[in-house]
Formats: sequence, C-alpha cells, structure tokens
Amino acid sequence: MAVDTALLAEAALRGPAPRRAWWRSPSLLAGGMVLLVLVAVGVLAPLLLSGPAGTLTGDANLSPGGSHWLGTDPFGRDVLARALVATRLTLVMATAATALSFVAGVALGAGALLAPPRIRQVVLRVVDAAVAFPSLVLALVIAAVLGAGAGSAVVAIGLAGVPGFARLTYNLAQGVATRDFVTTAHLLGVPGPRVLTRHVLPNVSGPLLVLLTSSFALSLLEISGLSFVGLGVQSPQYDWGRLLNEALPSIYTSPWLVLAPSLMLVLAGVGAMLAGDGVARIVDPRQAHGTPAGRSGRTTRRKAEPEAAPADDAVLVVDGLVVEAAGRRLVDDVSFRVRPGEVVGLVGESGSGKSTIAMAVARLLADGLVAEARTLRLRDLDLLGRPPARRLATELGIVFQDPSATFNPALRLGSQLTEVLRVHLGRSRAAARDAVVAALTEIKVTEPARRLRQHPHELSGGMLQRASIAAALTTGPALLIADEPTTALDVTVQAEVLRQLRRLQREHGTAVLFISHDIGVVGALCDTVLVLRDGRVVDRTTGAALRAGEANHPWTAALLAARPGARRNEETA
Amino acid sequence: MTTATAGATPAPATPGTGHTRAAGGSVLDLPWVRFAVRRAGGLVLALALLVTVTFLIVPLIPGDPARAVAGSSATPQAVATIRADLGLDRPLPQRFVEYVGGLARGDLGTSFRYRVPVSEVVATRLPYTVQLAVPAIALVLLLAIPLGMAVGVLTRGGRRRPLDVAFGTVVGTVAAVPPYVLGTLLVVTFAIGLKLLPPGGAQTPASLVLPILALALGPACAVARVVRAETSSVLEQEFLRTARGRRLPPGWLYLRHALPNLLTSVLTLTGLVLTSLLGGTVVIENVFSYPGLGTEIVQAIVSKDYPVIQGIILCVGALALLVNLLVDVVLGIVDPRSLTGGHHGG
Amino acid sequence: MNPATPDTASTREVVEVPTPSLVHVESLVVVLGHGRSARTVLDHVDLAVGRGGAHGLVGESGSGKSTLAKTLVGVHRPAAGQIRLGGIPLPRRGLRGRRPAGLPRVQLVPQDPWSSLDPRRTVAETIAEAVDPVRARVAPARERIRTLLEQVRLDADAADRYPHQFSGGQRQRIAIARALAADPDLLIADEITSALDLTTQAEILDLLADLRTRLGLTMLFISHDLAVVREVSDEVTVLLHGRVVEQGPTEDVFARPGAEYTRRLLAADPGAPGFSLDESG
Repeated sequence: MAVDTALLAEAALRGPAPRRAWWRSPSLLAGGMVLLVLVAVGVLAPLLLSGPAGTLTGDANLSPGGSHWLGTDPFGRDVLARALVATRLTLVMATAATALSFVAGVALGAGALLAPPRIRQVVLRVVDAAVAFPSLVLALVIAAVLGAGAGSAVVAIGLAGVPGFARLTYNLAQGVATRDFVTTAHLLGVPGPRVLTRHVLPNVSGPLLVLLTSSFALSLLEISGLSFVGLGVQSPQYDWGRLLNEALPSIYTSPWLVLAPSLMLVLAGVGAMLAGDGVARIVDPRQAHGTPAGRSGRTTRRKAEPEAAPADDAVLVVDGLVVEAAGRRLVDDVSFRVRPGEVVGLVGESGSGKSTIAMAVARLLADGLVAEARTLRLRDLDLLGRPPARRLATELGIVFQDPSATFNPALRLGSQLTEVLRVHLGRSRAAARDAVVAALTEIKVTEPARRLRQHPHELSGGMLQRASIAAALTTGPALLIADEPTTALDVTVQAEVLRQLRRLQREHGTAVLFISHDIGVVGALCDTVLVLRDGRVVDRTTGAALRAGEANHPWTAALLAARPGARRNEETA
Repeated sequence: MTTATAGATPAPATPGTGHTRAAGGSVLDLPWVRFAVRRAGGLVLALALLVTVTFLIVPLIPGDPARAVAGSSATPQAVATIRADLGLDRPLPQRFVEYVGGLARGDLGTSFRYRVPVSEVVATRLPYTVQLAVPAIALVLLLAIPLGMAVGVLTRGGRRRPLDVAFGTVVGTVAAVPPYVLGTLLVVTFAIGLKLLPPGGAQTPASLVLPILALALGPACAVARVVRAETSSVLEQEFLRTARGRRLPPGWLYLRHALPNLLTSVLTLTGLVLTSLLGGTVVIENVFSYPGLGTEIVQAIVSKDYPVIQGIILCVGALALLVNLLVDVVLGIVDPRSLTGGHHGG
Repeated sequence: MNPATPDTASTREVVEVPTPSLVHVESLVVVLGHGRSARTVLDHVDLAVGRGGAHGLVGESGSGKSTLAKTLVGVHRPAAGQIRLGGIPLPRRGLRGRRPAGLPRVQLVPQDPWSSLDPRRTVAETIAEAVDPVRARVAPARERIRTLLEQVRLDADAADRYPHQFSGGQRQRIAIARALAADPDLLIADEITSALDLTTQAEILDLLADLRTRLGLTMLFISHDLAVVREVSDEVTVLLHGRVVEQGPTEDVFARPGAEYTRRLLAADPGAPGFSLDESG
C-alpha cells in the first residue's frame, strides 16, 4: 500500500486537479464504514463483552457452535468476544504509532525544506539511507533496546514510519514551493509562514492524507506482527496479534482459534485499503482507472453512398469526415483532397479540429473518439477498412509536434528510426542503419552514425525533429502528415527545419499535409490552405494569397490581422 | 544607433553531447562510473548508519543491561563478568572503535546463550532465510509483472471494465492481508485441513512451499496493482502513439516499447516492496517454526542475547542494502537515464 | 550603450544621465546549479529601463531571459554584478521579507497560466492577497477587485470562481489583475502570451498597451517571439546564451540589425515580408 501512495505523490506533483466530492466515492464510503464499525466495536466491546472475554471457565477448547460462535480457547474464554475486545488496544496502538510517524515525519520533512542547504542535504541523505531498510529492522532494534511490550512496539513502528513521511513531505512541499503561485505569493510580500499555511500545506494535504491512511493500515498490521512473534503486547494484555500468537501452539487441536483474530486483521486491512483508495481517487480523479467508457478510436463508414470512381490520382481523399467525442463534434463534415507532390496546410486555433483531422487520417485517434466519413482514402488504400499494416506504415509518414515526447526515452534512436524498415520491409539491421544514416545526412544532421547510438534525451529538439522527418521519408511515402512539427522549436531552428522539409519534399515529390496554428508558416510553406474553425472548414485559399496578405473570408482576415506586427507590415507593404 | 557585439556569437553549452566521453572530459563522465561513485557514497553512509544503530542498542538500554542479562538471581561476580563482556566498563568511543574493528575482522562477538561466535550462529541460519527470501522475490516479480501488464493492456482506455474491477478487488484484498495471517490461514487449510503440505520445519523442499507462498502473495498483489497502473499510464504516453503509427504487431509494441518504460517506474517502487519482504521473512519464519534468522532473533531479543541481536540485524540490514543495490543496477541496465539522474536511494 | 538621440521622444534613460532609471542592471552574472553541473546562465548582462518605458527582452530557449526576470525579483541570487531599482541596490535576499524604503514595487506575471494561480483559491481571494498580503481578507477589497477585473476586461462575476473554470487567456488576465493589485511600479511579463492562441495573444497585447498608457506602468516584456516584442516595446535587448548581443531602440534594431544573430532572428520570422523557405546560396 505504501507503494501506491508513492505513485500518487508523483501524480499530485504533476499538477492540481479539481477534487471530486467525497460522497461520490464508493470505496471511500465502504472503507469508511468498515473503519467506523471497528471503532464502534473498539469502544463498545470492552464495556459489553469483557466478561466472556476474560472470565476463565471450564468450557475449554469448544469448537464453534452453540453459544460460542467461534469456539473457546484453552481457558474457556469465548474466542469471538476476545477478538472483539482486543479491537480497542489494537486501534489505539495503531493510532498512536501513526500519529508519531506523521508528526515527526512531517516536521522533519518540512524542516528539511526550510533548513539551510548544507543541513538539508545531510538530513535527506540520512533519511534516504533509512528508507532503504525494512521498517522491521528498526522495530527489532527498538524492541531490543526497550524490551518487549506494547509501548516499545508503538515506539518502534512509529519511528520506523518517520523516514517515509519525511521524504514524501519534503518531495511534495518542494514540488509545490517551486510552483509559480508560491513564488508570486512571496513576491507579493506574504510572510513566509503564511505562504506555508495558505498555499503549500493545502496543496500537499491530499497526498499526505492518502499516506496517512495507508500508514495507519500498515502500522496496525506491523504492530500486530510484532505481537504475533511475541515482541509486542505481553500477557495479560492482548491485541489481535497476541491472540494469534496464543492460538498458534494449539493449531492442530483447535484450528478455529486462529479464525477470529485473522478475520479481524483482514477486515481492518481491507477497510483501510478501501478508504485509502477512496481518498486517493478524490484527491486526484485522474488516478481513477479508465476514462469514461468509450469505444476505441475506430473509423467506420457512414452511409454507403457509392463513391466517385477513383479515377483521379489524388494521394489523399477525405470526404465528409466527422469526429465525435462524448457527444460533441470535434470535426464537422470536412472534405478535401491532396494531389501528388502538393503541400496542403490546415490552419486554425486550438480547438479548431486540425490535429484531430490529421490523427483521423492517420488512424491514430485517442480512445473515446469516433470518426466517420463517406470516403477516407490514401491512394488506393481504404482507410475506413482494415488496410494492411505494411502498406500503411510505408506509404504514410507522420511527424508529431513535441520532439521530446515523440520518441521512446528508454530505447536508442537507431532502433526507433530503423523500426519500420526492419519490421515491415524486412531489411537487415545493417541495411536499415545505412539507409537512416543516409537520410540523416541528407537532412543535415551532424554525426549521424553516432546519433543512432544515442538516446532521445541526448539530442536537441531541432535534431530530433529532423530525425523524425528523415526517418519518415526513408520508406518513400506518398503522403507525409506533419502535425505542428515546428511549434515546439525555437524560431531560428524552426526556419531551418522548414527549409529542409521543403527541400526534401520537392526532391522526393512527397505530398504533405501540414498542420499549424501559425498562419505565417502555413502561408510560407503550403500550396493550398484550409482554414479551420470549430471543426469546420471556413475558407480555402492558397499559400500565395496568404503571403500577399489577401483574405476573402473574415476569419482568415482575422487570423492574419492577429499576427503581431501585421498592421505595421501592411503599412510598409 | 544600436550596440551590437562584434565577433563570433558565444558558443552554447551543447545539449546533445551525449554520454560518450566528451573530448577533454574525464572518465568520471561515463554514466556507469558516476553511478558507481554515487551509490558507493550512499552505501557507505547506509552501512555507517546500520553499524552505528546496532552499536547503540546496548548503550541505549534503560537501566543496567548487565543485570538484565544476568537475571535477578545472579551473583555479583556473574554480573561483573557480563558487564565486562558487554564492555560497559569502558568509555563509549573506545567501545565503538572496538566494535567497528571487530566487524572489520569479521568478529561479531560471542553469543551469551550458546557460547559460540555469533558469526557461526548467523552462518548456520542465513542459508535458510535466503532459501525463503530469494524464491519469494522471484515469485513476486514473475507473477506480478506479467499479470499486471496483461491486465493493463486489456483494460486500457476503459475497455473491459468488469475485468478491471474484478482484478482490482481480488488483488487489493489479497494485498491487504498481512503475510503472517496469510501464512496461518494457509497452514490451517493446506497442512491441517487438506493435509497436502507440511506445516513447518525445513526438512523437505515441500515444506518451503507454504512459507514462500505466504511471503510472496501479498507483495505480488501489491506490485501487480502498481504494474497495472503504470501500464495504463505508459500506454497513454505520446511515444506509444508514435509507435502505433509505425503499425507494429501488438506483441512487439507492448514488449519492446511499453515494457522498458514500465520497468523503470515499477522497479523503483518494487525495491521498497522487496525490502519489506525481507522484514516479512522474519515474521513468517515464526509462523512455520522455520530455523532461519527470523526465529533466532526473536528468541535472542526475549533472552537478551545482545551479540546475536546485533549480528542478525547487521546481516538483515546488509541484505536489504544488497537488494536495493541490485534493483538500482537492473534499473540502470533497463533505463540508462537513471544512472545519472537524481534518483534517491540509500 | 549610447544616449538617446534628441529626436526620439520619450524617456529612455541610460547610465550617464543623472535621473536614475527604474531598472539598472550592470554586468550581471548568474550561475545556476552547483558543483559539476554549474552553468553560467547570465554572462555580464547590462540593461536599463527608464520610468514609463517598455523594454523588450528577446531570446530563444537557453538565452537566460527568464532567469533574468527571476533574478530581478529575487528568486535567483547574482554571482556578480549589480541590480538597482530606482537607484537603490537590490537587497541580498531579493524581494522577500523586509524591503528597503523607497524600493520600487515590482510584480511578475509568469508564463504558465496553469500554475500561476493557486487552484484552491477563488479569483477574489487571489487578488485580495495582493491587496493585503498579510491578512488577505476579501470583504474590504471587494471594490478594488471589481475595478481590477474591469480593467483587465473580465466580468465581475469571475471573482467567485476557481482558476480551472477559466481559459488560458482569461487566467493570464487574472494574473495581470493580481499584479496590478499590488500597485507596481515595474511590471515584468515573462512570456505571458507564449501559451496562447494568436487571437488571444493579440487581445492580451492590446490590453497591456492600454494599461500602460492609462496607468503609466513601466514594463519589461520578455518573449521569444520577435514580432511580439517589436509590437510592445520601445527598446529591445537581444540575448543569446546569456550574453547581450544587441541592444537599442526597437525600430533601429529591427531596421538595421548589427549582430549576425539578430539578422538570423529577423530572417527566421515567418510573418516578416521577405521570409522565404528557399535555401539561400
């Protein structure tokens, strides 16, 4: 359980999300109910059942049944009653240990954050070293020092939990402390401690709460474990672990004795797990498994209208494309064609549907999106059906927007760039490598052979994008889809990459579907331009017209005018 | 007039010089070397911590440890002998130096109860503990990773909700059961009820089955949950979409592209699970009356045999550090970025 | 740097002129990271912004422009060089805690509209904190909040909503309103439009120009986008790898760029007339 919370902490650092209402979480309700029942038992059982639980009678070792639902122990005491009465001690010890871990751990973690750098480094390294050991080791040490007993078990498990809390608190607080709204608060003159209470703590409270829940469960089970081996609670006191310990010697003759404490331990563990999961889901709903039930991105044919005879040589034909997600139309009846060697641009603002169109053509829509069209054809490949993987991979090349996220960070570039050649075209590793090296040289990437052996994070964005383009062109595709390929690049790098793209496109005669929000880039690069707004094509024009600043449609004119300096350019033109 | 700096534009720190040895760079730039240096530092610190903590057991005991060990009916001479044995008549720093010196020589002291070197006690019992821990660790990894990954792939993007819920429930419940409860229930069911397997001891290979299962099932389920969550997360990454764009066969896609990234985050968290599994071994041995380090240390604590206590804690602690190191090494092989990253580890 | 020529209108104060400029940076060196991974992010940077002026800082990624902004507000500590605001040297601890009397007020609007606002606080609470940093009470600040929201062209009912209910452009407006609430003398806008659509960006730039005229703000405007900088600033500094490669009045720099890098920047702007993708020579 501690394992899941580390995941959660990392997720929380990625950014805040609106919280779900707590009463909407079934696991929280279920878990909470279980825990409440246990607390009730803990309060009431010693008051009501201490008789049957403690009185020695002569009914020794009775098997379950009759007035003793789970039997009696060697001293004639009712097993179920004892297990219920033991709840209080178990819960009290677990709470005490968790409180100790939490208070000391959070204080240590927060202290490390506020301390001067030297001390902080020392504290963190000691904490990390401590985290490496199983908590049981520390528990045994403390049990050795203080001797066996309930108190030492609580201290032992409590202290053992401190490094975990300290590390998490530090990581969380640091993640939040460097966020912009915290630095702004400092800049506004908000006093340091107020920043902590007003901004930092509320934003770390969620993951801490999850860790608290799981820490409680863990403490409970570990203290019982210590009692079980004889190092925790000593007679005549008893908790669930001690009961289990007492039941073990008679396991052959009276196996039912282990049932009651086992059941209670399982119940407590499951209850805490449910509660912890519930809290986790509330704090970060994105952690909840699965998006709203949606079908995977599939393209289906719409009405089977007889399509026009494919007599033309169009590389791409899109007719009546509609893409929907959760009832909303992202792309609304879009139609266009791309001729061989033509560069077609799709330009629009965010939400205009331009990237969605590109992904629908590439059959890479995200789960939950559904696409329909009258025709969707790449030369003679019907993209609405099931085109053979080999043809699709080699005749359609794709370049994505963010070079740092496009490539698999765990694999070397070489294996990724040569993948299509090796898997679909059956080239040998050496032949594929040579082909890619040649392509990289063509697009002016320096030291291409060395780049292949490197990992993506070792190269700059511009180099990665050029590698993407080069690899896409090695199979000689009929169409290259470029989805905002230069948006994430610096301006000078962008210009260079675009120049290379144009040169290669002309040399190879590849058709290009170019998506961008920058109308200046689109005008410079493309032959034909489609202007998109809210999922519809609102204007069709040419690159030449855009370069000259001409626009028939008001939205196109608005986009042109929105470019900074557009007015000035008009004046000087 | 504007000012412009004449001459060449300043050279940047090139981002892509990579991990091969840069011209003029030292051997210290090689990733595995930096990893070794960093981990060595961490190991030294952790060992120092371990040694210090085990040393401090005796000085921290409230009251008079010598009398506690000797018992209430011992003669003053017996107490004095024990006091000398424990070194309580010498100043603390001197004792610490002697302690560390002894460890360096491999001398862990002498057991009060058995009157034999502690190293012998540990050496006799260590193989039994390892016999439980190693197969348990292997079982955790072999069960959890394929299972979690399979479920993650099958339920990606909201598919097969029922499978997702069922998996989560079953696995979550088993993970919530502590090993000693699981072990006890297994004994009752298989050893006593069905009489299929021996309930304890270490005589036959069959007697290892139940302890290993009890030890491994809970952590395996915990890791499986993590693997499933990480699989879902990795499958949503952009580079998976790129790989899909290459229209690779599904097996290739998941094993070659998803798995390495999966392992990176899973291994980090699995390290925690595995070290806690070592702790679980100590408790489980007591369920099954298994002659390993776990049963020994409990008796040692009860009978206040401090040299044995120190020796076993040192041993278990060292094992935990070894497990951590191995996990980091595997992580370094799978994901070379972690070699130089700020990955925190003892 | 050269003094302003007589026929250029407004106040472009520089080093030698007696009236202190609002921002005066001299030979600033900032080093980030430590030990083996230490790197010099700013390398002897000089900069001056006169009162009421709008200074643009342009550079690509890694140029150090954001670091400069953060150093001006005290997030990073200079390794060498000096920063003076209104003639008063910036304290060692930056702008946190006690400030010297008479030090001009500086506010920074950061780039990321998603992390610049506390997700757990309403807009009103966020702006109230700027009005009264210590107690941040909303009720006494209601009127002020309403005025500010109006100034940034947002509806008054935005005050009681949470950040995640707004678009990126709207969040930037809220961040600007918060900055204005602190009554700053200097407003630093750090790439505030980089994450926005073109039309939204145009609106924000319009808003800034309007605020500048109405409130007489001094502005330091940071961007990687040349065209944007050209539109909003009187003077511009071009940064490359932590060094100033060109500096001066905007129109001069753009019409007659002196440095090779500036020329490359200008040639790479797709919106400029004469931009061509055909490889030269």
